[in-house]
Amino acid sequence: MRASFGRYSVTGLYQGAVGTSNYVRLVQHEALPAVVVNTVIWVVTVVAVTVVASLGLAQLLNEELPGRRLVRWALIVPWAASLIMTAKLFAWIYDYYFGILNHVLVSLRLAAAPVDWLGNDATVMAAMIVVGIFVSLPFTTYVVLAGLAAIPPEVYEAAWVDGASAWRAYRTVTLPLLRPALLVAVVLNVIYVFNSFPIVWTLNDRNPGFAHDTMITYMYKVAFRSSLRDVGMAAALGVVNVLVILLAVLLYLRTVSWREADA
Amino acid sequence: MRTTGGARGVVRAALMSCAGLGVALIVLAPYVVMMCTALKPERELRITPPRLTPIEWRVANVLEVVADPSFQGWLSASLIVALSSTAIVVAAATPAAYYTARHRFPGRSAFLLLVLVTQMFSPTALVVGLYREFFELGLVDTYAALILTNAAFNLAFAIWILRAFFAAIPREIEEAAAVDGCGRLRALVQVVLPLALPAIVTAVIFAFIAAWNEYIVALTLMTDPAHRPLTVGITSYVTAYVQHWNHLFAASALAIVPVVILFASIERHLVAGLTAGSVK
Repeated sequence: MRASFGRYSVTGLYQGAVGTSNYVRLVQHEALPAVVVNTVIWVVTVVAVTVVASLGLAQLLNEELPGRRLVRWALIVPWAASLIMTAKLFAWIYDYYFGILNHVLVSLRLAAAPVDWLGNDATVMAAMIVVGIFVSLPFTTYVVLAGLAAIPPEVYEAAWVDGASAWRAYRTVTLPLLRPALLVAVVLNVIYVFNSFPIVWTLNDRNPGFAHDTMITYMYKVAFRSSLRDVGMAAALGVVNVLVILLAVLLYLRTVSWREADA
Repeated sequence: MRTTGGARGVVRAALMSCAGLGVALIVLAPYVVMMCTALKPERELRITPPRLTPIEWRVANVLEVVADPSFQGWLSASLIVALSSTAIVVAAATPAAYYTARHRFPGRSAFLLLVLVTQMFSPTALVVGLYREFFELGLVDTYAALILTNAAFNLAFAIWILRAFFAAIPREIEEAAAVDGCGRLRALVQVVLPLALPAIVTAVIFAFIAAWNEYIVALTLMTDPAHRPLTVGITSYVTAYVQHWNHLFAASALAIVPVVILFASIERHLVAGLTAGSVK
């Protein structure tokens, strides 16, 4: 916190307080608007698609069907694997010349020519979002599954007796009862995805500048990697990031109505 | 679910199974690419059109990685950091969780809330501040810095999962032990801790995996390549100058497989710990 009001030389020596000038520099930095927009796109898309997809997936895994254990085990892999390794893996799959994705798409005639997924301004964000969803899906699905397990079977039977169709029962019975689990999933995912570093860091590393950075990777580049090496400004951004998370955390606590009785 | 006629039920189950299998395939496909690439010889990495499976299955890649002194250094760094921080987490979380589960004291609520909040502030958002702090303490590029950071951020999960477990152990068991002439501490060690073992195992595995997979703090604090853990170290297999994707993925697979197995073993307790304070 203190760092955000100070000035540091490149070697990291404290050079005295500078008031709010770090914040002024941050607000005036030309990359900031794009970075904020990227962050919003990144968080909203990843969380929205993840939650919707995990609703379907959890419903599927909630059924007693052969092979369910296998699917649950498979889902654990992207969750347990180190994010940086998964991100590197996708960098390789997306590779323009040697990546398997372009080969598959072209052979299936889904694409006319190979796409430079990570080098093209139009596709790099989408490519990162896909990976973001891929790694967020397991946790979310498991949270929804826990929510489904908490719904007593009698409720379904009552809906059944009342002659509700499967879809209607889902909409009017399951979804409202899933609300608490869904809210938890959404808020925690917002926090995780906002904080996510390795995916954007790895898949975007070929592109110069800050055009596809989120606030987290932007902060990191400003502090440690770019020609700016501006610890003060990065710290100012860090304070902003922490405030964003704090907001999400407060929202979370409100949602789950945290009380001592629960603790 | 009530059955809707034999034939339709069977068709439905079959369709659902296929859908499940499809999901499993999609989820695992990237890791299949990882395994296959890990077993390709260097010359097969850059062929067009690219192939999924190697023409020559080269298991020697894995042996080369294991024999690589850099890999051994990263591996030992990862083990040192993950094991030490896990030890700290369990040593600190067990008494904290036990005490908050058994006693009401002023500030207990605030304490638990604070613990919950630390779980959400990942080190990522705080990394610039962390770097400054360790710089001033002279701890940049030491294992101590990584161990402390990992321990601090994984403590929350451990406290929450252990607390819920301790709270579920009936007080009467301890009282019975006291009647039998068992001291408070002995009751704790001989009666309560064995009962809480599943939760302790969960906390241990979770803390270990989280530290094992940690990337950004290690990337920032460990400036000496020799001290880097696996997550940071392996990225040096593919840089602007060298591109040993096969070795990168062989090393990744070695790092991922044990972790997935450990993770699967605690799957049942994970969600409860990660959504702490919200369910029940």
